[in-house]
Amino acid sequence: MSVSSHSLQRKISTHESKSITLLLIAIALGYLLIFLCLPLFAVFYEAFSKGWKLYLEAIKEPDALSAIKLTLITASISVPANLVFGIAAAWAIAKFEFHGKSLLITLIDLPFAVSPVVSGLVYVLLFGANGWFGPWLQEHDIKLIFAVPGIVLATIFVTFPFIARELIPLMQAQGKDEEEAAISLGASGWQTFWRVTLPNIKWGLLYGVILCNARAMGEFGAVSVVSGHIRGMTNTMPLHVEILYNEYNFVAAFSVASLLALLALVTLVIKSLVELQARRSGQPLHHGA
Amino acid sequence: MSITITNLNKQFGTYKALNDINLEVNSGELLALLGPSGCGKTSLLRIIGGLDVGDSGKLLFHGEDVEQRNARERNVGFVFQHYALFRHMTVFENVAFGLRVKPKKERHKESEIKRRVHELLNLIQLDWLADRYPSQLSGGQRQRIALARALAVEPKILLLDEPFGALDAQVRKELRRWLRRLHDDLHITSIFVTHDQEEALEVADRVVVMNKGKIEQIGTPDEVYAAPATPFVYQFIGSVNLFHSRDHAPWAELHGDAVAYVRPHDIEISRIQQNNNALQVEVKLVRAIGSVVRVEVATEGSSEFIEIELSRERFDTSPLVNGDKIFIRPRQFRVFATGEQNELSAA
Repeated sequence: MSVSSHSLQRKISTHESKSITLLLIAIALGYLLIFLCLPLFAVFYEAFSKGWKLYLEAIKEPDALSAIKLTLITASISVPANLVFGIAAAWAIAKFEFHGKSLLITLIDLPFAVSPVVSGLVYVLLFGANGWFGPWLQEHDIKLIFAVPGIVLATIFVTFPFIARELIPLMQAQGKDEEEAAISLGASGWQTFWRVTLPNIKWGLLYGVILCNARAMGEFGAVSVVSGHIRGMTNTMPLHVEILYNEYNFVAAFSVASLLALLALVTLVIKSLVELQARRSGQPLHHGA
Repeated sequence: MSITITNLNKQFGTYKALNDINLEVNSGELLALLGPSGCGKTSLLRIIGGLDVGDSGKLLFHGEDVEQRNARERNVGFVFQHYALFRHMTVFENVAFGLRVKPKKERHKESEIKRRVHELLNLIQLDWLADRYPSQLSGGQRQRIALARALAVEPKILLLDEPFGALDAQVRKELRRWLRRLHDDLHITSIFVTHDQEEALEVADRVVVMNKGKIEQIGTPDEVYAAPATPFVYQFIGSVNLFHSRDHAPWAELHGDAVAYVRPHDIEISRIQQNNNALQVEVKLVRAIGSVVRVEVATEGSSEFIEIELSRERFDTSPLVNGDKIFIRPRQFRVFATGEQNELSAA
């Protein structure tokens, strides 16, 4: 008797009336529509407002091409760098006990907590003409700030949590039993990594790489500070969009912006596919980031 | 291969996991490390396997110091409590792993690897699961696969960390009989860790009872059960009744505080007082379970129960009911001074 009355009560307490359910759904959908779908639509609408021809022209223009190229270069350096760092950090944190472990975890989150503009400024402070290492760099004729290396450095800084944060909870949950089993069966460290550890984390790793890549290509604040906005030389796509927009060149601005928006959409699709595949292979992802 | 451990110590922070361990494991024997959780048995096993390092002491395999050899080079098979199968590999690939990671010069041909893996899978009677993944197997099947994987590299020593700890009671029983038979066939020096006394007594040739990082007793299952060396062993293995000298002076006859340890089946009962040492008690509870009858009694005014085990035949000659007044007398007992570990006298 008491059991049935209890379950009845539970049913009622989790059962809202129809009108409230509809209201909540409407709010969520409306919010999504106004703040996400409408702007996305506007980007493509503006980009194509003067037709295909102008759209393609804006993208094929040398400065735009140079911006696209620089963005790709930046991502192709910073993503692999953070891949190595992310695996190393996650490995250390998940499989070993050492002093300062929690400090390391906190530090990995730092780029998430700090405004990107500040991260950019830090590099100017360190490597700029008047910065700590500025005179030494000038003496040796090395240009970091207002040059490609500075952009890469700033991008690495901003994006380094993505892969590490994805892997740490995953590797912690998996423990080190399988690695120990591999070692006791005679596998070397490398063999253990390639044959046991890496296959176990591959979906989480891919997920982190996708997010890291999306952010590396789209980063504005930190890159803006260190780039110097030199057209055709130190402009990435987001910076190029800003310049075009400030010059009232709306079609061109939105055309390049549409490429970034497209990247976001592709990222979302791949991300969902990876999640699906990870669930199917029995290694659901542990989202840390 | 024999194993010799001398003066082994291991400390984790301020916690002494292993305190001056000395142990000799004979070649080909099946040894159980038995103790409550946190007694250091797993630490000891991991140090033997090379997965951990002792702080001081010596570890010899067949008289040879192996301290400088890491887990990879010790030729030790390790079986983990939670199987630790490679989840992204099929059963076949799991068992083949040890053969595939061998250095190029020692590696067998693919056909030879295939033959040996199937031979092992046949040995554990799971050849039909070769193409499955670990997640598709039951716990008992996984642990047998883990054992086959460890055996694939032909280890000289087999170490099993609570191998049946994660399985349910029925499967446990089956698997431990199976392990015993397998050991009788293969004769690999094997050490397994367990907190289950029944498992240790049933499977092992010799049992090492550990507590708080120390070895309490080493002996055959019969020795540790019938002649416990310390109060801890008495209490950890089987059940025992404690009689304090101040309450039951005639039993724990000693100068000062002492406790007599008596097994439930070593207590003689009678309806009439046959000698002065007999203790008068009242029957509180009678439970007949299978071939034995457990009777709980208490002395007058005491809330502490004394457990007595009688054979069914003995019980049937004069059945007891609650409230009966009877006399009890220990057939065999051992006295230890309170708070002291060393044995003082034996009956």
